[in-house]
Amino acid sequence: MHSSLWNDIPSFWYLILSALLFSLGVVGFLIKRTLITVFMSIELMLNAVNLSFVTFAHDWHQVKGQIFVFFVMMVAAAEAAVGLAIIISIYRSRATLNVDQIDLMKL
Amino acid sequence: MTAHLHLWLIPLLPFAGFLVNGLLGKRLPKALVSAVALGFPLASLAVVVRASVLFLSLKPQPIAWAVTYASWINAGPLHVDFTFLLDQLTVLMLLIVTGVGFLIHVYSVGYMAHEDGYWRYFSYLNLFLFFMTVLVLAENYLLMFVGWEGVGLASYLLIGFYFERKSAADAGKKAFVVNRIGDFGFLLGMFLLLSQFGSLSFTQIGVSLAANPAMQGGILTAIALCLVLGACGKSAQIPLYVWLPDAMEGPTPVSALIHAATMVTAGVYMISRTHFLFDRSPFALAVVALIGAATAFFAATIALVQTDIKRVLAYSTISQLGYMFLGCGVAAYSAAVFHLMTHAFFKALLFLAAGSVIHGLNGEQDMRKMGGLWKKLPVTFWTMTAGVFAIAGFFPFAGFFSKDAILYEAFQHGALGKGLYVVGLVTALLTSFYMFRLWYLTFFGESRATDHEHHPHESPWSMLTPLVILALLSIGGGWVGIERFGAYLAPVVGSVTDPALEAGGKSLDLTLSVIAVVVALLGLLIAHVFYFRKNDRAAKLAAAASGPYGLLVHKYWIDELYHNVIVTPLVLGSRYILGWVGEGVIVRGSAWLLGGVATLLGELVRRWQSGNLRSYSAWLAAGAAALLFFAVVGAVLGIGGTELRMVWVGH
Amino acid sequence: MDNIILSQILVTPLVGAALVLLLPDRRKLSAAIALAFSLLTFFFTLHLPAHFQSSAAGFQFVQDIPWIDRPAIHYHVGVDGLSLWLVVLTGLLAPVGVLASWKTIQTRSKVFYALFLVQQTAMLGVFVSLDLMLYYGFWELSLVPMAILIAMYGRNLTENGGPKAAIRFFLYTFIPSAPLLVAILWLYAKTHSFQFADLQSAIASGKFPAGPLCWAAFAFLIAFAVKVPVLGLHGWLTDVFSEAPVALGMIVAGKLGLYSLIRFHVGLFPVQARQAAPWLIALAAIGILYGALLALVQKDFWKLLAYATIGSLSFCTLGIYGFTLAGLDGAVYQTINEGVIGAALFILLGVLYDRFGTSQISLYGGLAKRTPVLATLFVITGLALVGLPLFNGFVGEFLVLSSTFTGVGMGWGALATIGVILSAAYLLTLVQKVFYGPQSDMVAKLPVHDLNGLEQLNLWPLAILMLAMGVLPNFWLGAIETRAKETAERSESALRTQLDFLSQHVLAARLRAETESAGDTK
Repeated sequence: MHSSLWNDIPSFWYLILSALLFSLGVVGFLIKRTLITVFMSIELMLNAVNLSFVTFAHDWHQVKGQIFVFFVMMVAAAEAAVGLAIIISIYRSRATLNVDQIDLMKL
Repeated sequence: MTAHLHLWLIPLLPFAGFLVNGLLGKRLPKALVSAVALGFPLASLAVVVRASVLFLSLKPQPIAWAVTYASWINAGPLHVDFTFLLDQLTVLMLLIVTGVGFLIHVYSVGYMAHEDGYWRYFSYLNLFLFFMTVLVLAENYLLMFVGWEGVGLASYLLIGFYFERKSAADAGKKAFVVNRIGDFGFLLGMFLLLSQFGSLSFTQIGVSLAANPAMQGGILTAIALCLVLGACGKSAQIPLYVWLPDAMEGPTPVSALIHAATMVTAGVYMISRTHFLFDRSPFALAVVALIGAATAFFAATIALVQTDIKRVLAYSTISQLGYMFLGCGVAAYSAAVFHLMTHAFFKALLFLAAGSVIHGLNGEQDMRKMGGLWKKLPVTFWTMTAGVFAIAGFFPFAGFFSKDAILYEAFQHGALGKGLYVVGLVTALLTSFYMFRLWYLTFFGESRATDHEHHPHESPWSMLTPLVILALLSIGGGWVGIERFGAYLAPVVGSVTDPALEAGGKSLDLTLSVIAVVVALLGLLIAHVFYFRKNDRAAKLAAAASGPYGLLVHKYWIDELYHNVIVTPLVLGSRYILGWVGEGVIVRGSAWLLGGVATLLGELVRRWQSGNLRSYSAWLAAGAAALLFFAVVGAVLGIGGTELRMVWVGH
Repeated sequence: MDNIILSQILVTPLVGAALVLLLPDRRKLSAAIALAFSLLTFFFTLHLPAHFQSSAAGFQFVQDIPWIDRPAIHYHVGVDGLSLWLVVLTGLLAPVGVLASWKTIQTRSKVFYALFLVQQTAMLGVFVSLDLMLYYGFWELSLVPMAILIAMYGRNLTENGGPKAAIRFFLYTFIPSAPLLVAILWLYAKTHSFQFADLQSAIASGKFPAGPLCWAAFAFLIAFAVKVPVLGLHGWLTDVFSEAPVALGMIVAGKLGLYSLIRFHVGLFPVQARQAAPWLIALAAIGILYGALLALVQKDFWKLLAYATIGSLSFCTLGIYGFTLAGLDGAVYQTINEGVIGAALFILLGVLYDRFGTSQISLYGGLAKRTPVLATLFVITGLALVGLPLFNGFVGEFLVLSSTFTGVGMGWGALATIGVILSAAYLLTLVQKVFYGPQSDMVAKLPVHDLNGLEQLNLWPLAILMLAMGVLPNFWLGAIETRAKETAERSESALRTQLDFLSQHVLAARLRAETESAGDTK
C-alpha cells in the first residue's frame, strides 16, 4: 500500500540528497583541520550511503539493502568508539588535534 | 725393423731426466744430479745413433719412415696424431741436437759447478732437449708447434735462470713474448693450411701438393709468409731478432746450446722440412732470401762495435742465421742445412770457449778488460782459434765449405741472387773482421784486466773436453763437402745444383771460393792492423765516424723504437682508454647511471609518504573517483566487461 | 642404479648442509663434514662418465617425475655430452674449494659451509635440469648463497666492498632473469610444457610467431650472457673477484652461463642464435683482446685475474657462435679448462693474499727465492692459461681459433689469435713482478712459508689434470662431440630453413611482381 507521501517524492531526489551529503562529507574530510570534525565528516559519509541503500531497497523491493544499513551502522559505531579513543590518546601525547601536525609516519 | 727403432725414447729419456731432477734434485747430492742430468741425454744419444745406423743401413735406400703412437686431437674435422718421422734430415738434426747437446751438458757440469740451483739448471736443460727432439721428430705442424713453443719455454726458464737479476727476468720475458709474435704467424699459417688442405701432416700436405702440380702462389704464398713470420721469431731474424742479444743474460752454456746450435735453427729446419710448400711460392722464397741477407749484414754491422764478448757472438749468430735463411731463400736447402750443421759446431765452440774465458776471468765479459790470455788459457785459446777461423770461412775449416755453398747458390740465382751474393760477401768480410777483433782483444796484447785479485786460470777438463771435440768438428766438419751432403739430403729437400755438372760451374765455384778466402784474409788483416798491438787507431776511427759509430753502438736504436712505438702506446692505451674510458666511464658509469636513476625515482616517490593525513585522504578520494569514473566510462563504452544497469527510478 | 644417480648427486650436498647446520659451530667440524659430503658427491659424479655411452645421442641417466599438475612442472633431469664433464667438474671443484677454505674461513664457518653446499646443489641442478621451470629454480637458487657469502666474507678492499660486490653481482644477474622468466612462461603458454625436448621440437616446427620469438630468444641470451660474462655485461666480475672468497670465486664465472647459452639459447632458438651470432662473435673476439690488454696494466692481481678470465671465456663464446663442430668442441672444452685453470689460479692468488695481506702487485717481488713450489705451480698454471701446447688451454684455444679462422672469417680469427701474444705478455709480466727480480721490502721482511701440504694436495692434482687434458684430450672430447655434432647440425638445418624461407619469400615476391607487370602489359 502506497501512501501519497511516498508517491509524491521520486526516489531520484533521495539519491541526489544522498550524493550531496556524501560529497559534503568528502569535502569536509579533505578540508577540515580538526580531527574530530574529520570524524564527523566520515559519519556523514556513512549515513549518506545508508540513505542510498534504503532508497534502492525500497525501489527494488528488497530487504537486503535495509539489512545492510544495520551492518553499516554497527561498523560506524564501532569505528567511532575506537576512533575517539585514538583521538583522545593523540591529544594526550601531542596536545593538538590539528591534522597537519600529526605526521610522524612519514619516510 | 719398424718396431725396433724406439723413437719415442729419444724425447722421453730427457723428459724423465727433467722430472727426476726437477722433483728430487734439490735433495739429491750433486754427483747424483750430474749423473741423472748426463745419463738421460746420453741414453737418448745412444738411441739416436742406433736408430740412425739402422735407418741409414737400409738397402737399397733408406726411405722416410713415420710411426704414429696415439691420436692426439680428434674434434670435428681436425685429426692430429702423435706421429714421428724419421728421414735423412731428421737423423742429421737429431745427431746435432743430442750430440752437441750432450757435449754442452758435460761442459755445464764444470761451468755451473758452484752455482746455486745446479739441479734446476739441469732439469731445465733436459726439458729443452725433450722439446727440441719433439720438434725435430714431429711429422705434423701441430706436434712441431709443441716443440716450437716448448723450446721457447725452456729458453725462458734458462735465460731467466738468475731470476734474482731484474735484467735476466726481463730478458726471459722479452724472449718469450717476441717468440709469441712469431708463433702468431705460425698459428695463422696452420689455420690457412687447415682451410686449404684439411690436414697438418707433412706427408699429407706433400702428397696433396704433388698431386696438384699447377698450384702456385696465392694462398700458398700467404701460408708461407705466415710461417716465415714464425721462423723469424724463432731464428731471430729481422724484425723479431731483438730477444737474442738480451738472451745472453743466461748462463753461457745455455747461449751455446739454445741460442746458437739448436733452438734458433728451428726456423731454418722448419722451412727445409716443409720446403715443398715454399717451393710453390717464389715470392715467399724471395722474401726469405731478402730477410736473410739483410739480417746477416745488419747484425754483422752491430757486432763490429760490441764490447761484451757474448754480445758479439750473439749478433754473429743472428748474422749466420741470416746466411741460412739466404740459403733457403734461393732454394738451396741442403746448403742451408749444411751451414746449420757447421755453425752448430763452431758457434757452440765459440760460446763455450768464451764461457771458458769468462770462467777463467771470474766472470769478466768485457773484452776491453781482457788481453794477453793466450799463454794463460792455452787449450781455450787453441780451440777458440779453430772456431774463429771456421766462422771466418778460411779453407779448410768447416765454415768455408758451408758458407761457400750458400754464396755459390745465391750467385746462381738470377739477378736478385747476384745482389744478395754481394751482400753476403761484404757480410763475410765484416764477419771475419769482428771475429778476429774479438780474437785479438781477448787473447793478445797486454792484459787489461782491472781485477787483480783473481788470476786467470784454465778451466777444468769437464769444460775443456767438449771444447776439443767441437774444435775437431769445426776443423773437419765441412770435409764431407756440399756434393755428398746434398746427395745425402736430396731425398728430403731436393737437390742442389752441382757445380760439376754446370757449364763453367766448377771454375765459377773455384773463383768464388778464392774470393771468399781473400775476403776472409782481408778481414783478418784489418783486424790485425787495428787490434794486434795496442794502438789508438780504433778509437780515432770511432771518433772520426762518431755518427755511424753511435748508431751501431746503440744497435740502431731498434729496441728503443720498438718500446716507444709498440709497447708504450699499448700500455698507455690500455690503462687510459680501455681502463678509464672503457671500464670507468662506460661500464661502471652506465651501471652507476642506472643506479642513479633508480635512486632518483625513489626520492621522488618517497615524497608521497608524507605522513600528512589530509594528503593521504586526498589521494584516497582521488583514486576512488578515478576508479568509479573508469568503471562508468567503461560500462558506457562497453569495454572492460563492466555492466551497469541504469535503472531509472520512477515508474 | 642409473636412474637415481642424478638425484643422489643433487641431494648429497643438501644432506651435508643440513648436517653442518645441525652440528655445533666449530671450524674443523663443519669443514670436515663439508669435505666429506663434497667428496662423496664427487665420487657419485664419477659414476656418470664411467657408465656414459659416448656415441649415443640424447640424454642419459634420465629421471622424469611429474611434480606439479598445473602448471605442468616435472622433476626432469638428465645429462648428455655437454653437461657430463661440467657436472664432474663442479663435483671436483667442491672439495677443492673446501680444502682451499680450510684455513682461511675462520669465523661462522657453519654458515659458510652450509651455504657452500647448497650452492653446490644449485649449480649441479642447473646442469642436469631438463624442465625449464626446474632449471629456472636452480638458476635463481645459485645466486643466493653466492651473494650472501660474498657479502659476509668479502675482503673489503674498499669500504664495504663485500656487500657492495654482492649487491652488484646479484642485481646484474637477477635483473635479466626477470625477462627470462617471462619468456619461459610465454613459451609455456604456447605449448603447455616446460620440458626441454618438447619446446625444442615445438619451436623447430615453426608454430611460434617470429617477432615475439625473437624477443624471447633475446631475453634468454641476455640472462645467460651476463653470467658468462660476455664483454659489455662484465661489470660485475672485477668486484666479485676482488671480494669473493676463493672457494666461491673459482665457480662463479663461466660455466653456468656458457652451458645455458649452448643448451637453451642455441639449443632452443637456433635461428635467432644465428642472427645474433655476428654480434657475439665480434664481442668475443674483441673481448679476448680487451681482457688481455686490461690484464696487462692492472695493479691489483684480483682485477688482473678478472680481466684475464674475461679474455679466456671470450674464447668459449667465440667457439659457440661460430657454429662449427670443432669450434663447439673447443668451446665446451675451454669451459672445462677455464674451470680447472681458474680454480688453480684463484687458490694461488688466495695463498699470496693470505700470506701477505695485499693484492697490490707492486708490493711483491723476488718471491721465487722464498717460495719455489708456489712459483713453480704458478708458472705451470699460468702457462696452461696462455695456451702452451701439451696443456689443456692450448687444445681448447686451438680448436676455437682454427675453426673461427676457417669457418667464420679470417679477420676475426686473426684478431682473436693476437690474444696469444697479449696473454703471454700479461702473464709473464705478473710472474716477473711477483716472483722474479730482487726481493721487495714486504717479501724480505715477512716470514713466509712455502705451500703447505694441504695447499699442495689441492694444487698438484689440478696441475696434473691440466697436463693430462692437454695430452689426451680425446678422452674428454668423445662425449662432447656427439652433442656438439647434433647442435651444429641443428643450427645448420635452421640456417637452411631460414634461407629456404627467405628464398621462398623472395621467389614469391618476384613471382608476384612478374605477374603484376605481365598483367599490366596485357
